Amino acid sequence: MSDRIIDQTAAELSAGIREGRYTSVEVTTAFLDRIDAIDGTVKAFLHVDREGALATAAEVDADIAAGKETFALAGVPIAIKDVVVTKGMPTTAASKILEGWIPPYDATIVERIKTARMPILGKTNMDEFAMGSSTEYSAYGKTLNPWDTGRIPGGSGGGSAAAVAAKMAPLAIGTDTGGSIRQPGAVTGTFGAKPTYGSNSRYGLIAFSSSLDTPGPVARNALDAALLHEAISGHDPRDSTAIDAPVPPVVAAARAGATGDLSGVKLGVVKEFKEGSDAAEPGVIAAYEAAVEQLVKLGAEIVEVSCPSFAYALPTYYLIAPSEASSNLARYDGVRYGLRAGDDGKHSLEEVMSLTREAGFGPEVKRRIILGTYALSAGYVDAFYGKAQKVRTLIKQDFEQAFESVDAIISPTTPFVAFKFGERTGDPYQMYLADLYTIPSNLYGGPGVSVPVGLSEGMPVGLQVMGPVMGDDITYRVAAAFESTQDTLLADTAPEIEGK
Amino acid sequence: MSKLNTYEDAVAAYEPVLGLETHIELDTRTKMFCGCSTTFGGEPNTQVCPVCLALPGALPVANRAAIEATIKIGLALNCSIAEWTRFARKNYFYPDMPKNFQTTQYEEPLCEEGYVDVTVDGKPYRVEIERVHLEEDTGKTLHVGGATGRIHGATESLVDYNRAGIPLVEIVTKPVPGTGALAPEVARAYVTELRDIVRSLGVSDVRMEQGSMRCDVNLSLNKPGAEWGTRTETKNVNSLRSVERAVRHEVRRQSALLDEGIKIIQETRHFQEGTGETSPGRSKEEATDYRYFPEPDLAVMEPSREWVEELRASLPEPPRQRRERLQAEWSLADKEMQSVVNADAVELIESTIAAGAASSSAVKWWLGELSRRANEAGEELGALQITPAQVAELQGMVDDGRLNDKLARQVIDGVLVGEGSPAEVAQKRGLEVVSDTGALEAAVDEAIAANPAVADKIRGGAHAAAGVLIGAVMKATKGQADAGSVRQIILDKLAG
Amino acid sequence: MSTISREEVAHLARLARLEVTDDELDAFAGQLDVILESMKTLAEVDTDGVQPTSQAVPLVNVFREDQPQPSLPRDAALAGGPDTFEDRFRVPRILDEEA
Ligand SMILES: [Mg+2]
Ligand SMILES: [Zn+2]
Repeated sequence: MSDRIIDQTAAELSAGIREGRYTSVEVTTAFLDRIDAIDGTVKAFLHVDREGALATAAEVDADIAAGKETFALAGVPIAIKDVVVTKGMPTTAASKILEGWIPPYDATIVERIKTARMPILGKTNMDEFAMGSSTEYSAYGKTLNPWDTGRIPGGSGGGSAAAVAAKMAPLAIGTDTGGSIRQPGAVTGTFGAKPTYGSNSRYGLIAFSSSLDTPGPVARNALDAALLHEAISGHDPRDSTAIDAPVPPVVAAARAGATGDLSGVKLGVVKEFKEGSDAAEPGVIAAYEAAVEQLVKLGAEIVEVSCPSFAYALPTYYLIAPSEASSNLARYDGVRYGLRAGDDGKHSLEEVMSLTREAGFGPEVKRRIILGTYALSAGYVDAFYGKAQKVRTLIKQDFEQAFESVDAIISPTTPFVAFKFGERTGDPYQMYLADLYTIPSNLYGGPGVSVPVGLSEGMPVGLQVMGPVMGDDITYRVAAAFESTQDTLLADTAPEIEGK
Repeated sequence: MSKLNTYEDAVAAYEPVLGLETHIELDTRTKMFCGCSTTFGGEPNTQVCPVCLALPGALPVANRAAIEATIKIGLALNCSIAEWTRFARKNYFYPDMPKNFQTTQYEEPLCEEGYVDVTVDGKPYRVEIERVHLEEDTGKTLHVGGATGRIHGATESLVDYNRAGIPLVEIVTKPVPGTGALAPEVARAYVTELRDIVRSLGVSDVRMEQGSMRCDVNLSLNKPGAEWGTRTETKNVNSLRSVERAVRHEVRRQSALLDEGIKIIQETRHFQEGTGETSPGRSKEEATDYRYFPEPDLAVMEPSREWVEELRASLPEPPRQRRERLQAEWSLADKEMQSVVNADAVELIESTIAAGAASSSAVKWWLGELSRRANEAGEELGALQITPAQVAELQGMVDDGRLNDKLARQVIDGVLVGEGSPAEVAQKRGLEVVSDTGALEAAVDEAIAANPAVADKIRGGAHAAAGVLIGAVMKATKGQADAGSVRQIILDKLAG
Repeated sequence: MSTISREEVAHLARLARLEVTDDELDAFAGQLDVILESMKTLAEVDTDGVQPTSQAVPLVNVFREDQPQPSLPRDAALAGGPDTFEDRFRVPRILDEEA
């Protein structure tokens, strides 16, 4: 293992800081310097806060020097997806409509990150309002995949994934509505976890689809993600959909998994995932199957389960998410914050609102707003939005039933490796297929993690482990167990990025 | 200007069907979905937070006290309380609504199927309640540049979000047929009763003039025996009197159109306080499509039956029942009690009695002199600057012979302009009754001397003529004598 | 036969307060058509008697107590406003009356 600070995992950095091997300022500086050196190429960050990050780092160092007790991840820097509201730090959701907005408050998870004393490096790029699977829909330019800069880093959280993959941050926050943590994780060779819906506060998360959005950790491995998961999780009285129950013991589960023992664990493979996998590339399937073999060697039992409604997950998702989004995004009207366009004294308020939204939203956001408006409009709501809600019930029931006979369900994270820029932007439906396997857990509400398992065409492939609602621990355990079979983390085998 | 029929012609030819939609702001300490204060009259945009300003990322959490208040209102209106209910989003763009959707209730209101009984002209009417639901209020928009502060002609508007998110209860009646010519009075009686019921619950100050209670009036007309007609909805009718006037005007206006064979269009109209007329809202090119859907940011509600019963047990005596009890206690005829109710004086009188006045005196002051003053000032009785305790104090001074009626009225002048309590005013203005008998006797002697002919008549037994001498004495004492005592002194002096 | 017409897209855009260009109208109509076609497959699912799911993990009776919390300082509340005047948010003239 290299001696470079940026090559260490968050767990190693945390231990190193507490044991005095290096200071948080040194660690934070190393990542900030890395950002300076290569982010001109990768473009993972929309905003970098060198001063703020170093100030927090210096405080942590002072506390440690004074012998004060600190949180597990104190002094370990972190990057935050720009869809999460940060007080005093620009927050745009990668949209022109929020350009220049400085929030007057912190999201609950940001408060928790501050409580944990993690220096915040800055805000990461994403698809506008988290709508996309490639980060090509950012209003501020695309982020490149560190493995191949001609390819997408996944989305919507391509910036967070690329920042961790390129070692510009040891940890990052992502948000996952249909796969936006897991799919970027898979295509950049990083670890991403979508926790159980409601187990992480959405307060301060710029809403895309309220009933699906979930914030979660992006990291290099399961243990790091678990440490961050525990730091940000738990009940929040400001979020009415937050579950008031103890956080599943994900750190302990990751440690247990690292022992490499999965005996007695039943892993489900969904029959219909396989049948519906025409979209999946053979290389992805091969890497996935090799991973499954490893899990069997560790003692896991593979059981076929059936989720007959799986075939409808994608259309169900693409009705529910845009419907909620069309309402959630109505507030961007140029009255209270953000962009205002066309206010030249000649236009009425109604016109100014429309011109503002025309100028402020990109094409994918507009497309989804129109789609959602359609699905909710009188005459169509029963056939579209209402129907989708009922099918969602069936999908939930399928998975609940499946989890009666298995501990976790596994699948490839995404049907294909990172595609080339522009390959799917012309055909939205082809883009939507990227989330084929990740969408179900958003619909039934349970946890899902993506762990890097290998390469196809030289690009990373992820294994997804899904669990029942509040069963986040088992997903970490299985993922960590797979990691124990590998000599090095996939993230450490990425090609070196040249700075510009 | 649209043509109008006379009201009498209109109701002779058509039957009105009423409907009322009332919005009541609850006086919870905090807003519906955030912890901002609801205090009225704060500096603009000082009672706002990420939630009620709809900043990106903010989320709502429902106020338990608002749910309780709504359930209480539902119970007081004889509604059934939902066992399962939830919020919904009503999507439309308007700058006073920060999220550009209103969090309200749609298919599953908190309370349903109730009624309110009212009596008009001695006849009972039952107004059926369709639903009582909970939603949030909007901010306030100031229209600038127009002549009247109205939206038309304004060049720009200024928005204050302090009111945005205050809990608002919407109470919707079923259509009310069968009121005939009394439709305006029934409408007013219903709104009055509703206000009294809500006020008795202590969940809102229900002040129409402050906007904490607002009314929309629906009205349609049909020929006797025919199907119900198309209704119009007149918005923001903001006083009891306006409710009555709005109904009356719509009856006259719609009947004139129908007479000419013109179809009534279903539209929103606005009540013009100045003229008492309704005017059409701006017609929309496209029908509004609110795209309701269940609010995903809020949990569903299942009010437990124990909770509902607890709230039911906490309800006060219903105003109607209370009025019947008070009428008996105060020994008032139906008509007198009706006047008390119409003058909105029940509580004032009750408090005056509680402060020590006899019920007859309390009724006399509030319905007599004080009602007259309120009318003159164009104010509600309750808005007069005199408290029930002060009225009781005033009556006490009369009972003690320290004031006569005329002086008492002068004391009221002083109290109403803030000179202090009745005792203080009497003292400051020197309005005590002259009880110095020596001074009175001197004044009587003077009057007798000045009017020898009248004195002779009285000596001759014509006691009624004493009035002339009393008048002279009162004039001489500037009214500060007790007329009864003066009369007695005159008769004593001229006896035999 | 397409599911969604150009005119319908224009109507939806107005409902959503989106000014859309002619080019966008054409593009969206075509793209939405493809998406909606795939969504029509939901029609084949038998959902008779199935309750809709509007929340991933349903919770019941989540309330807060009626305790005031600090509001934003006024300057912070107004700071994001594109145009403010006398402590209020200024907007151009409004055509529509309140709904
Ligand atoms: Mg309403
Ligand atoms: Zn607030």
